[in-house]
Amino acid sequence: MDVMTVVQILDSTVRLMTPLLLACLAGLYSERSGIFDIGLEGKMLMAAFSAGAVAALTGSAVLGLLAGILGSLALALVHGLASITFRGNQLISGVAINLFAGGFTVLVGQKLFGLGGRTPPVSGNARFSEITLPGATAIRDVPVIGPIYSEIISGHSPLVYLALLAVPLTWWVLYRTRFGLRLRAVGENPASVDTAGISVTRLRYSAVMICGVLCGIAGAYMAISLSAGFVKDMTAGRGYIALAALIFAKWRPWHALGATFLFGLLEAISNRFPQLHLGPITLSESFMLTLPYILTVVILAGFVGRAIPPRAGGEPYVKER
Amino acid sequence: MAVQPEHPTSPQIAAGQDLAIELRGISKAFGAVQANKSIDLAVRRGTIHGIIGENGAGKSTLMSILYGFYRPDEGEILIGGQPVAITDSRAAIRAGIGMVFQHFKLVQNFTVLENVILGAEDGALLRPSLARARGELQRLARDYEMQVDPDEIVEELSVGHQQRVEILKALYRQADILILDEPTGVLTPAEADHLFRVLQGLRDEGKTIILITHKLREIMKITDNVSVMRRGEIVGTVATADTNPTAMAEMMVGRKVILKVDKAPARRGAPVLEIRGLRMVDDAGVERLRGIDLDIRAGEILGIAGVAGNGQSQLLEILGGFPEVGSKLSGRIAVNGHELPLDGRGADGQARRRAGIGHVPEDRQVEGLIMDFDAWENAAFGYHDAPEYNRGLLMDNAAIREDARGKMARFDVRPPDVELAARNFSGGNQQKIVVAREIERNPDLLLVGQPTRGVDIGAIEFIHKRIVELRDAGKAVLLVSVELDEIMALSDRIAVMFDGRIMGERLPEEATTTALGCLMAGMEPDAGPVQAAGGART
Repeated sequence: MDVMTVVQILDSTVRLMTPLLLACLAGLYSERSGIFDIGLEGKMLMAAFSAGAVAALTGSAVLGLLAGILGSLALALVHGLASITFRGNQLISGVAINLFAGGFTVLVGQKLFGLGGRTPPVSGNARFSEITLPGATAIRDVPVIGPIYSEIISGHSPLVYLALLAVPLTWWVLYRTRFGLRLRAVGENPASVDTAGISVTRLRYSAVMICGVLCGIAGAYMAISLSAGFVKDMTAGRGYIALAALIFAKWRPWHALGATFLFGLLEAISNRFPQLHLGPITLSESFMLTLPYILTVVILAGFVGRAIPPRAGGEPYVKER
Repeated sequence: MAVQPEHPTSPQIAAGQDLAIELRGISKAFGAVQANKSIDLAVRRGTIHGIIGENGAGKSTLMSILYGFYRPDEGEILIGGQPVAITDSRAAIRAGIGMVFQHFKLVQNFTVLENVILGAEDGALLRPSLARARGELQRLARDYEMQVDPDEIVEELSVGHQQRVEILKALYRQADILILDEPTGVLTPAEADHLFRVLQGLRDEGKTIILITHKLREIMKITDNVSVMRRGEIVGTVATADTNPTAMAEMMVGRKVILKVDKAPARRGAPVLEIRGLRMVDDAGVERLRGIDLDIRAGEILGIAGVAGNGQSQLLEILGGFPEVGSKLSGRIAVNGHELPLDGRGADGQARRRAGIGHVPEDRQVEGLIMDFDAWENAAFGYHDAPEYNRGLLMDNAAIREDARGKMARFDVRPPDVELAARNFSGGNQQKIVVAREIERNPDLLLVGQPTRGVDIGAIEFIHKRIVELRDAGKAVLLVSVELDEIMALSDRIAVMFDGRIMGERLPEEATTTALGCLMAGMEPDAGPVQAAGGART
């Protein structure tokens, strides 16, 4: 395997890990506050559709992104209502959101555009184009650093950089701010937050809303940056993979970067090599495509070690002495 | 202008004096249950005021109202003479009230410092808050003898230190009024003494302290005034110096109670339980039992005293047939001379029951009952394979119901309704269901863990009597309790556990609380701390 192939795979990894990373961080905020969110998938799908549709109709990528965020936020609000205000079962609410998004996007898409659930392909200003970072062209030919900088690091959509920036930002929020302290506390022991005179409800809603925004960016990225339009079921289980990555990362931001990089890398490899020849064994195309999913199962089953979720996760808060 | 509570025993906590808190006609109902009935209470500034009462007397409801967890249906609260509306915990904190709950409200995986600043941060960024809290904590630790490492993770701390963190949290929020709900339930005698010194220090600084407890000894030892609650009402407020424990106990239950258990001397028979060199290493590799040797004979009650978490629970679980998952066991257990397997199929709860072991587990709500199941179902669990409960392949539900009705009548379970789910009974009545189930199978050995935890005095007396009756019928009883009074009153022999070992055995008539307290803290009464005293016996 030559250097250029490696560079291409890594470049592709960065693109493919971005929605996973955003969704993973989205889940991190929600679950750190004690609200399990299996509905990352549905929110991303909703955002992808809203972004694709609005970008196609208005020709503006920025409006598309905003629409994506709004679409995802609406579902986040539903999840918040169900699991915080009405103290419902968070898994059921999440599953309902996923089912709803799967049907709603196709139904409305067909009604609006009549393309079998797709949105019309977008291009130009309706898509986020790639940014060339300063100096990328200049050092292209420098050995090692050149390809790494100009191919892997430079030349991505602004949303990719946004996602990467969200990692240190999340770390900083979580561990250096009042909000982060309270967020971590409310996911571990909401009674401690309540008796300290802070509203558990408001904190959890904030977390769920942040989750909605990040899922919105993730979905918009898929529809109008990674691809050029929305396609039925285009998230293809990425919300679940992001959840797996979150567990793998043990709910920590930097680890989330590592975990999603791994899943992105696998996807990039399976895209690059439809068939992989390992000596006498040939791995078939379908096997390569299922590789990220197989890895998800393997990692969750065996390699995570002891992943302790936030202790109050999944439990609606009821005041008790 | 303060209202004088109209009780014959009220001391002169009256108008004109400096009151920290005054409650006027506070009432609160939960559905049909009147938890608090027009409560009048006046607490003077700079005093320690005890509130004592049985479980379910309404103490905790009253304190939850003061801390903004519940809104009262009627009545008003005055703090420092001013009426205040305590709508939530934030309002309570603003009014200068700090609360130390029975179950601590700490974030287990946060540091002490993070727990202290939570909700009382100075700004949006943590660094300055943490720095200020560190300094403040040092000052408080110095002033009140409450040393605690600010960077330690809370779950690594002992229970006593966790409680210290709760108090520090309240002081950091500049609480003037500190409410402590059953603060000594989980402490060693030495830790409790230290807590009392801290509280006295705080009082001398002018803070007001409200101590909620059901332990008479604490009330007598530390409070200035005490209010007694019964069935949601305050039945009297007295100056502690003017009263005595017997009078207090009478006020609590409304009739004379015998704090001592009446029992004849034990008539010991053949050994029923023999334990030799029992060791247990838990899933995490920690040795929880370090070589236990114990004998219990027919017709005697062996009480195991000790602070919770020194291996008593593990011992009961192993004998009862449900050791912690992943633990490794070694040693020998024999009942009536037959050795019992430590693991495998022959060592589960069913097999243990067949071997003649009855078990009233420590945590009745988790191990003793299924809370959502009805009383009649709960009254048969563990023995549901018994022939009288079955007819061919099916359970004979009518027979089980009939049997449960009899048990509930004989054990005076109230209400005597077999169709009521276990969770709808009070703690004492839940425990009676468990005790009835186990005792009425007439086991050769009865394991009893914390038989009266969260049980009111009337039921305590009843349960104790039944345990003594079983002993007098020639059965062996192994009693584990963190209540020293209970151990002293009930046992024919007392063994003290510390750190997975039996520190020593004493006869109740010659044991003193101090001596047992020393053993419970891992010290020989006359010597210093014991290092590796492998199952030392005296």
